[in-house]
Amino acid sequence: MTGVRPGDEVVLSCDGSTSMRASRLDSLADAEGVGNDLCELQQPDYSYKAVKTVVPSEQRLMQEAQYRLTIPVQYGAQADLGRYSKPDGPCPNWSQLLPEGRIDEARAAQEEAAAESEEDMVRIGEAMWEAGADGMNFDTSGAAGDADLLAVLKAVRRLREACPDMSIELGMASEFVLGMHGELEWEGVRLAGVWPVEQLRLAEQAGATIFGPAVNMNTGRTVAWNVARAIAIIKPCMDVAEIPVHPNVGMGVCGVPMHPFPPVDAISRVSRAFVEILRVDGL
Amino acid sequence: MGSGDALGAHLAHMLASGMNGMRTAGDLVMRMQMTRGMRLKEAKAYVADRLGASVRDLSDGVVMQDVRSEFGLGRLTELENECVGEPTAMEAKFNIAELLDLPINCVDRFRDRVRSLRGDQGRVRP
Repeated sequence: MTGVRPGDEVVLSCDGSTSMRASRLDSLADAEGVGNDLCELQQPDYSYKAVKTVVPSEQRLMQEAQYRLTIPVQYGAQADLGRYSKPDGPCPNWSQLLPEGRIDEARAAQEEAAAESEEDMVRIGEAMWEAGADGMNFDTSGAAGDADLLAVLKAVRRLREACPDMSIELGMASEFVLGMHGELEWEGVRLAGVWPVEQLRLAEQAGATIFGPAVNMNTGRTVAWNVARAIAIIKPCMDVAEIPVHPNVGMGVCGVPMHPFPPVDAISRVSRAFVEILRVDGL
Repeated sequence: MGSGDALGAHLAHMLASGMNGMRTAGDLVMRMQMTRGMRLKEAKAYVADRLGASVRDLSDGVVMQDVRSEFGLGRLTELENECVGEPTAMEAKFNIAELLDLPINCVDRFRDRVRSLRGDQGRVRP
């Protein structure tokens, strides 16, 4: 184990604080008890599409959590755009259309899915705010490509306008946004191919209050190699950021080994490197 | 953060580099980041100023237990007979909102729903 010098500690955000070993409320209380700076209520599917069918019960849990906990409690899930495609969702499946060369249809399907996703995220965000949530987490943004990220950016902007004091954490899926659509833009910036520093600017423009870059692992390389790569890719963000930057340092990203239970010594080295070299605002 | 492994990974980060929430002033610094979008240095300086403490004190668990008690910001309790009379979570958040001059959503909603806190002498519904 290693660690930062006293006084250099940072705050830690999270993407879900509940487990199957206890009720969700008890899990949140446990998170507070061990010393989390913030905890997150989540639904096991971790998809806003799944959450929209159980919003009232999630609101009730959020309200109970707020009465029970002193630390901030946010609500989190992913846009998870793929779930809006057939057979799971209502939209044509662009992953089937693209290999057939039906590009225009694939693009239209993604635009349709993004619109559905945006509506769901806004409705759920407003519902959780009404229940007393401190904020929303849009995790793994861009996982299904540029349309996925566009849906999140639009939802963040609408929530910022509706709820000016809401904390909005925008976490990314990878260092490079895939161009599954290829032509989508946000305020003149093409989303396909944007890297963390451009992702940060997009998050700030939309109204996010915390940005979480992610850099995926090369599992054929060492922890040190992957940490160095992640820090080099995220570094341009740190000089220009106007909001806190919390790199994702969970399993398989930003140098933490790709394993459900990463070795503790490796995690501590990743943690210290990000704080002492990158001077992050949190993790 | 996105730790995946909700127990091991998160705890390892907490030990290596975390402020550790209510053990110290981690939750207070986090609130300034979440609601005001302050970066770490600015958020720590703001909280330290409001508490009348040094930035170094903010992550000192011994110092902060006394400071939290003094301002009624809530403390972690392990045993039933420990910290009797400490503010409950909602009471602590009222104090945090006032001390940090920060809107806390659930506090504002609680206040709106409790007639006496609103200063409303009439019935909530006629």
